[in-house]
Amino acid sequence: MTPAPTPHIDPAKTHLLKEYKHDSPLLGCRFDPSGQFVFAGAQDNNVIRWHLDSGKKTLLTGHKSWVRALAFAQRRGEEKKGKEGEKRTSQSSSPCLLFSADYAGRILAWPSSAEGPKPAHTLEAHHGWVRALAVSPNGSRLASCGNDHLVKLWSVPDGGLIHELAGHACHVYNVVFHPDGKHLISADLQGIVKVWDLAKGAIERELDAKILYKYDPSFRADIGGVRSMALSADGTLLACAGITNVSNAFAGVGNPLIVLFDYQSGKQKQLLRPKTPFQGTAWGVVLHPTGFIAGVGGGNGGMLWFWKADNAQDFFSLKLPTNARDLDLHPNGRHLAIAFFDGAVRIYSLEK
Amino acid sequence: MWCSYACGSSEHNISRRGFFATALGGTLGALALDPLTRPAFTHELNKQQKRVLMIWLHGGVSQLETWDPKPGTKTGGPFQAIPTSVPGIHVCELLPYTAQRMHHLALVRGLNTAEDDHGKGYYLMHTGRRQEPAMKWPHLGSVCAKLLGSSDNPLPGYILITPRGNGGVNSEDAAFLGPRYASVALSDGHAPANLDRPAALTEAADQQRHEFRIHANQRFLRSRRTAQTEAYTHSYDQAAQLMRKRDLFDISKEPPTVIDRYGRHDFGRHCLMARRLLEGGATFVKVMHTNYDTHHENFDFHIEQLGEFDRPFATLLDDLHDRGLLASTLVLVLSEFGRTPNINRNYGRDHWSRAWSIALAGCGIRGGSVSGKTNADGTAVTEGQVNGGHLFHTYLSALGFNSKKNFYIEQRPIPIADPKAAPIKEVLA
Repeated sequence: MTPAPTPHIDPAKTHLLKEYKHDSPLLGCRFDPSGQFVFAGAQDNNVIRWHLDSGKKTLLTGHKSWVRALAFAQRRGEEKKGKEGEKRTSQSSSPCLLFSADYAGRILAWPSSAEGPKPAHTLEAHHGWVRALAVSPNGSRLASCGNDHLVKLWSVPDGGLIHELAGHACHVYNVVFHPDGKHLISADLQGIVKVWDLAKGAIERELDAKILYKYDPSFRADIGGVRSMALSADGTLLACAGITNVSNAFAGVGNPLIVLFDYQSGKQKQLLRPKTPFQGTAWGVVLHPTGFIAGVGGGNGGMLWFWKADNAQDFFSLKLPTNARDLDLHPNGRHLAIAFFDGAVRIYSLEK
Repeated sequence: MWCSYACGSSEHNISRRGFFATALGGTLGALALDPLTRPAFTHELNKQQKRVLMIWLHGGVSQLETWDPKPGTKTGGPFQAIPTSVPGIHVCELLPYTAQRMHHLALVRGLNTAEDDHGKGYYLMHTGRRQEPAMKWPHLGSVCAKLLGSSDNPLPGYILITPRGNGGVNSEDAAFLGPRYASVALSDGHAPANLDRPAALTEAADQQRHEFRIHANQRFLRSRRTAQTEAYTHSYDQAAQLMRKRDLFDISKEPPTVIDRYGRHDFGRHCLMARRLLEGGATFVKVMHTNYDTHHENFDFHIEQLGEFDRPFATLLDDLHDRGLLASTLVLVLSEFGRTPNINRNYGRDHWSRAWSIALAGCGIRGGSVSGKTNADGTAVTEGQVNGGHLFHTYLSALGFNSKKNFYIEQRPIPIADPKAAPIKEVLA
């Protein structure tokens, strides 16, 4: 799994490369910036680290609830990687911190490559679930969001609270930093995407992803939300993933959808849907540096889809062994990690 | 079995007097002597009158996200257990307000109803019996309307506040007890239609019309009296009295601060209406909160639904207690069944009736008690297993009835509660 500078990528040739197993369903997964490890958050409250070459499995134990959000901050601040975006091609192997967050409102910071990782510090971050984390491009700030309707900014070096951004009216599901370092993007249950001016700590504008939300009058409940969010490396495209066309909230009867925005104008550029009908939610999305978009879904099984930005229908899809719950792109751009309900992280190769 | 005739004979008429283990006579006799004590008398009578509040969590609420949490286990889900006002009893973190009223509540954690179908589970939890081809059993609400209600109460004996639907009467709920004890649904908490006299109709003209109808009815009933015609006649009298009590259905009569305490969402409004109705003399009020049928995204949906349930329910308990009504009001928090300990691939929990829980409070209930126990991952009852029949006996016992008694329909004895079951003594005061 050594990073290669000039990958020969062909999504239509995607195939399973490796599989790493845990004995509890997984919720989220991320490669570390060095590309040596893949991390996953699980329903047994553990974070699991696998060394990609050796397969060595290490448990990071300390959370009190389920873990989905993972993000890395490199101490020298060269290359950073947020939960939902900022996919880079870092070759760095410098020490870095892993931030993991749980549904009990806590964020733990870990030395990500240590032999027996212990939490370096703990943040009592949110009231209720922490849904997502992201690290700023210069590595100095951590953003978190959660069920208390808040987005919070933290100092990476000391874990101090820098700013609390209030403005969402419901659970905040995702957060990413824009590569310009001046803006933060957050998205919520109701599909409202807010762009924050970090210098002012104020909302600059809103984008409309409400197609990913519905209030189901039969069940009297909210369904949907921006379940995954990613930016292109140049910051021109923003993708929000989730479920749409919901006809039965409590059975999850609906279809996956990725709303692709032109970030500058804030307008929807494309609604990316599976070509073959699929019932479920798009739980993960990444934008590949070569221009295609990959998404995974779970519902009645699992699927991996690939789209081009100018076409609403996928140009290739791959049936997965079971429900997929998250997706990440390796720093080398050649591999995808997918977290599954069956406790596995599977690594897929995009190479010809 | 349907009610063919309600003749009012001693065989048919199962009166309150016959079933109450406690008598009101002493209180009534003493207070009735002094007219100056009338307000106090009304208050005292209201406290003595027993009534029932049922909160129905429609679709099947998860016992693991409410009354029997199992944090840190494979089946426990992401939520924590929190301490309550009773040392040693923990409930799910989604019920912080209710947790502080645990001293009023009793939990039944050993429930095994062995019925995973919505319709059948609903029937079982309302009647204490399984569905039978040859017999329809009355709902608890109808039974209470019969046993606790009085003929001079203008309010329907069994009031159902639903978040949707068309409202109206559902006679099937009363089965052989007859349509007079059927549920009357208030759709979205709206008052029954036409409670106000039409503007064009004067009071005098209305009275004349009423008297003429009584005259015609009496002539008709001399030869064609049935339970249905009797209920029909009664409904007119009831409607006339109900019109005089129409303010009970209008929660805007409450101060804004009170409305805020309950919450301005549907369930909050409906709980406040329930309190007004119970305070105004209603016998049985059922408030439905929907929906908990969370095969998909169980945890997100329970955050939302229980977030809506918790505070209004706790406020309602407080208000009943503060008004001195909780001791005479049996409170039930029920559902068709619980949800699977197993968490499915869509973060959902499915139907599960083998090991689940309900909560009780108020009249005849020992607050802060727990009956039954489940194993570490909540998949089976390990102690104090009970079913829907036991619950029905428990409700009747809590209200002061001998639950082993019979109804007599056409001189045929019909056990009020399943004879194979018995009250759950651990939760009775």
